[in-house]
Amino acid sequence: MRPPVAPPGWTRWLVPPAALSVHLSIGQAYAWSVFKPPLESALDLSGTQSALPFQLGIVMLGLSAAFGGTLVERNGPRWAMSVALVCFSSGFLIAALGAAISQYWLIVLGYGFVGGIGLGIGYISPVSTLIKWFPDRPGMATGIAIMGFGGGALIASPWSAQMLETFGSDSSGIALAFLVHGLTYAVFMALGVVLVRVPRSRGARVPGAPAPLEGPQVSARQAVRTPQFWCLWVVLCMNVTAGIGILEKAAPMITDFFADTSTPVSASAAAGFVALLSAANMAGRIGWSSASDLVGRKNVYRLYLGAGALMYLLIARFGDDSKPLFIVCALVILSFYGGGFATIPAYLKDLFGTYQVGAIHGRLLTAWSLAGVLGPLIVNWVADRQEEAGKHGPGLYGVSLSIMIGLLAIGFVANELVRPVHARHHISAPKEPSDDDAADAADAAEPAAK
Amino acid sequence: MTTQPTQPTPPSPRPSETPPRRRPLIVGAWLWVGLPLAYGLYELVHKAKQLFTG
Repeated sequence: MRPPVAPPGWTRWLVPPAALSVHLSIGQAYAWSVFKPPLESALDLSGTQSALPFQLGIVMLGLSAAFGGTLVERNGPRWAMSVALVCFSSGFLIAALGAAISQYWLIVLGYGFVGGIGLGIGYISPVSTLIKWFPDRPGMATGIAIMGFGGGALIASPWSAQMLETFGSDSSGIALAFLVHGLTYAVFMALGVVLVRVPRSRGARVPGAPAPLEGPQVSARQAVRTPQFWCLWVVLCMNVTAGIGILEKAAPMITDFFADTSTPVSASAAAGFVALLSAANMAGRIGWSSASDLVGRKNVYRLYLGAGALMYLLIARFGDDSKPLFIVCALVILSFYGGGFATIPAYLKDLFGTYQVGAIHGRLLTAWSLAGVLGPLIVNWVADRQEEAGKHGPGLYGVSLSIMIGLLAIGFVANELVRPVHARHHISAPKEPSDDDAADAADAAEPAAK
Repeated sequence: MTTQPTQPTPPSPRPSETPPRRRPLIVGAWLWVGLPLAYGLYELVHKAKQLFTG
């Protein structure tokens, strides 16, 4: 498929909503927990079983981003968004069939496997296009899109709950809810497919902004052979592990911390805390990522990892003394977690150029797959062992908080080791597959548009 | 001899400026994604209030 080249007069401010329509949709993944209790009672499943579609979805996100990244670069953002639309929506439709005929394996296959491919391809679909449109502000541009992944759960969580309340929580109600999700997301994501365009390499360009392929360029195949790629892999993995640990255990954690104090936290207040963490996650994606355009990528990761470790230390040392301190520290940690996700594409662009930044980003997202398993595993395993040892309250989390500080320290060191990529990895005279040729073809095909 | 004053050439539009015919499309596209997000944020504020009242 030929990438869609922007006609003359096309504005770059149409590309962020195109990206957001995809990311706000696939961000629904973070709201899977809404379906867990109804599925468990309707299909007689355990908690582990009902978590399987989500876990498989996240694993498929990392794998499809890693293996599909090069295809996304070659075929362009419209192809990628179309694949994401078809996979994500048909995943819901297969899951709807599974719920209707009470075949749980179909829900796992649909939402987890097919939908998970949609998650991975959709996640990376707009990244390199946005970087090419906003070479002057790549952090802000990718921050807007990746903020959508955080915001998707804010929309899906109340919307899905409302739908289950209307249709019922039995298997036919769940099936109907899945069906409506699949159809609605297909329509919503279609905006991205229709609007997305790659910039022309010649002609109109943002004043003062560098040309898309200016500076050193490294191919995706070559990037994974550089120490810089693996340093950033460790940075992302450690940052995500530390953030996801607190995110996954947030509600019981705040309840346990203040259980023996004069200001205990109720279940509904804990739900409010989780909602605030989601907001901090989303705000961090756009805020810190935009800040990285001003202060530099390395410095902003020093903040995520260094100040993040300090926040964990404050929670471990003084967390149960002050509820506001606990809440503020947790919010800052979650904003760093979101910021880490959103800043990494711009960091990759700085190091490897824009030539195949989407494919490199896809390969780096395997760090997320590991962190998604590692973070909750550490916090839950340690809390279970501490409980067996007779501890309670904040005592359940002391060891895991120390582990998180250690992980962030490892990430900090990895970030310090990042240097410019050696010239032997650079490619000579890069030819952008989605640019000149396509622009020439567009010029020939659209003389009237001029 | 009078010299014909040269007609000032209109400035060429800056590449970053948006042609007026694209503005409704931009507004529509941002509303398409902004309205659901606003609903999500409204629900978030509603829930987050419970942290301080509940």
